[in-house]
Amino acid sequence: MHPDFTSPSSSSSSSADRRLNALVRHLATASMVSQTAVAFSPTSGFHGDSVFSHVVRAPEDPILGVTVAYNKDPSPVKLNLGVGAYRTEEGKPLVLNVVRKAEQMLLNDKSRVKEYLPIVGIAEFNKLSAKLIFGADSPAIRENRVTTVQCLSGTGSLRVGAEFLARHYHQKTIYIPQPTWGNHPKVFTLAGLSVKTYRYYDPTTRGMNFQGLLEDLGSAPSGSIVLLHACAHNPTGVDPTLQQWEQIRQLIRSKALLPFFDSAYQGFASGNLDEDAQSIRMFVADGGECFVAQSYAKNMGLYGERVGALSVVCRAADVASKVESQLKLVIRPMFSNPPIHGASIVATILKDSNMFNEWTIELKAMAGRIISMRKQLFDALRARGTPGDWSHIIKQIGMFTFTGLNSKQVEFMTREYHIYMTSDGRISMAGLSSKTVPHLADAIHAAVTRMS
Amino acid sequence: MEPTRIHSNGDSLFQDITFAPDIPVYATTAAYNKDPCPNKLHLGIGVYRTEEGKCHTLNVVKQVEQTLANDLSADKEYLPITGMPEFNKLSAKLMFGSGSPAIKESRVVTVQCVSGCLSLRVGAEFLAKHYHQHVVYLPEPTYGNHPNLISAAGLTLKTYRYYDPKTLVLDFQGLLEDLGSALTGAIVLFHACGHNPTGVDPTCQQWEQIRQLVRQRGLLPFFDCAYQGLVSGNLDDDAQSIRMFGCDGGECFVAQSYSKNMGLYGERIGSLSIVCKTADVARRVESQLKLIIRPLYSNPPIHGAAIVTAILKDRDLYQKWTNELKAMRDRLVQVRRQLYDSLCNKGTPGDWSHIIKQVGMYSFTGLNKDQVDFLTREYHIYMSSDGRINIGGLSSKTVPYFADAIHDAVISSLPSSTLA
Repeated sequence: MHPDFTSPSSSSSSSADRRLNALVRHLATASMVSQTAVAFSPTSGFHGDSVFSHVVRAPEDPILGVTVAYNKDPSPVKLNLGVGAYRTEEGKPLVLNVVRKAEQMLLNDKSRVKEYLPIVGIAEFNKLSAKLIFGADSPAIRENRVTTVQCLSGTGSLRVGAEFLARHYHQKTIYIPQPTWGNHPKVFTLAGLSVKTYRYYDPTTRGMNFQGLLEDLGSAPSGSIVLLHACAHNPTGVDPTLQQWEQIRQLIRSKALLPFFDSAYQGFASGNLDEDAQSIRMFVADGGECFVAQSYAKNMGLYGERVGALSVVCRAADVASKVESQLKLVIRPMFSNPPIHGASIVATILKDSNMFNEWTIELKAMAGRIISMRKQLFDALRARGTPGDWSHIIKQIGMFTFTGLNSKQVEFMTREYHIYMTSDGRISMAGLSSKTVPHLADAIHAAVTRMS
Repeated sequence: MEPTRIHSNGDSLFQDITFAPDIPVYATTAAYNKDPCPNKLHLGIGVYRTEEGKCHTLNVVKQVEQTLANDLSADKEYLPITGMPEFNKLSAKLMFGSGSPAIKESRVVTVQCVSGCLSLRVGAEFLAKHYHQHVVYLPEPTYGNHPNLISAAGLTLKTYRYYDPKTLVLDFQGLLEDLGSALTGAIVLFHACGHNPTGVDPTCQQWEQIRQLVRQRGLLPFFDCAYQGLVSGNLDDDAQSIRMFGCDGGECFVAQSYSKNMGLYGERIGSLSIVCKTADVARRVESQLKLIIRPLYSNPPIHGAAIVTAILKDRDLYQKWTNELKAMRDRLVQVRRQLYDSLCNKGTPGDWSHIIKQVGMYSFTGLNKDQVDFLTREYHIYMSSDGRINIGGLSSKTVPYFADAIHDAVISSLPSSTLA
């Protein structure tokens, strides 16, 4: 105890005495029989209600709440197709072999310490992440026009980027596709931006509403920010073709809109990392500016380690440097500096060509399994003669399928078949296996034929 | 496909933003790193170093990490928004005590956050959204990042007197006056123990007076607890201030960090606890905290929480941890003594007893900015410009050099020294 600790026990070295005296103090306080007792004002709130009595119970997050409900269900045939987390054929979560290998390497490296990272994170991680998304030969990287900062996965990268824009950009409106990932709107509004939407998905064709997209972005005020899903659009799985991307790019550049990419599925859409980054690289190749939020949650299976990066591609190196200095001022009053573990794993894998190859093989296997699930589900529905055109299941890309089921049908499937999915009809294909496809097909069949 | 040239005038959209200067503590570290002098000392950042001046990963942490890596049944799935449930329970127990009535009555909501900083930020965001008073009183001085964290959430800052630079101890009268005239219902930030940057803590009696005043005026206490165990060497003793408030039936916020006391700095592991009047309020508050966390980072990182949980729930590991913690703390106390003795032996002008009276990781030396600059220039010693040093950055080997430097700085600046 420090010298100023002048309680009666200060002369005693017994910790039991100290505890006893502490207890006595607490009892004295509780019964307010202390020498310096002060009468409590009736308006202090101390005797009265909680100062948070008025706080209402918030509803569960629509996406994460699905897992909560699933966990509560005792049924042995229950299926969780809610959150986008990859599952094996056996229905188990997967930690990639190359990730385990990287973790062992890190553990055996006796020189490693746990000290604070720089505000912007691990420098090597940042460089390698930029190379991964923009390409190793990217002129923007060579010209030092890219600043990359490590953030808390995709969500954290989006939030930091949005806070930066709210502070430093003249246009505070962001256009997000209709529909989009459930968490997008709040990320932007809480950062201080206002959110508008642009048409994206056509429920009648279950494809892109490209005309609507061009019209809406065409009429957006000059300079507006536009959120784009780099690939494997969440929740619809509907992506623009390369030609459509080129048209989008030209429109965005002609209206001086600012593109903000969300890249959470690089490698998961086609199985090829470079292909899945095409949309972003088109925009960088034209010399213009953009923001990219990058996540390693899915493609490296690092979900809970919260690894991601925000990259800002600028017109000039000195601007990139200024932007980075200002990004630090956004990060410092948020989390100060990012977590070391997940980013260390990523850097270990990306910088070693053997491990990088191993990763691409495991990634391709995951993407391949999802594509095979799509085929199996499509075939199963056709075999059952389920009414409707289900080809969108095999046309859509990435982890999710927008089934086209309505919320009543979804409720029915949960109630009768213990299948958990988001109420917009989105299912995570990654949660399916050959064993469970029949059960899902039965459920869809029943929902479609018994509920309109 | 030929990329079409941009139709704008070619300027960056961010041409006009200014270059932000580096945050002081990082600027100091950068300057230290650049310095080629072999005698250089970094006393500017709150990171514990060993006697050999090396970074320190606790043995119990290394042991746990090995076990975690070998556990093939562990996965990397998303944690719940509020973090690892077991971590939250154990953290609450650590802070409030396993016998805490507030915990028994389910009146405490604890959410894992990304270290102490984000715990403060999430708490502040919650208050900005749900509390009627948007003013926060910070002690003068306080941890450099506090004002940023609080105002980023949209709350207004005020200060209360805390440290008296003339006497180098607590300005208790000033504190009581300022909190006594604070706006009713205002939020008040307290350092639970090991005040950063001064190392000056209230006594138990003074805490009790503070508690009564806070409750009388209906102020809302928000504790920052980053040094539990590192001040007295005893985890329960260092939590006394929090437990006084947590046990009196009233409400309070506590931001907790395992950065220093478990050496987990870069793993970013901490928690936010809110003690509420009723269990029902606690549940509702928890649900609202999720709405703040989800659009910020969705859910917290696994690794640090897994380490902390493994240590807190296993009796042997817990014991190992408390032993290592006590050893770290004892070394801090020893270094303080050595520095004090050195300065006394040199006859350095001034009363240096504050060095051994102050507690925790830091000492507010009392050196002024000019003297600090002198130390950096002449002796390659890096510290905060307010005179704060990280005791954890010193060792018996480097104390003599540091004492020489202080002596020289003080002598060189006479008669303009501000020391008593």
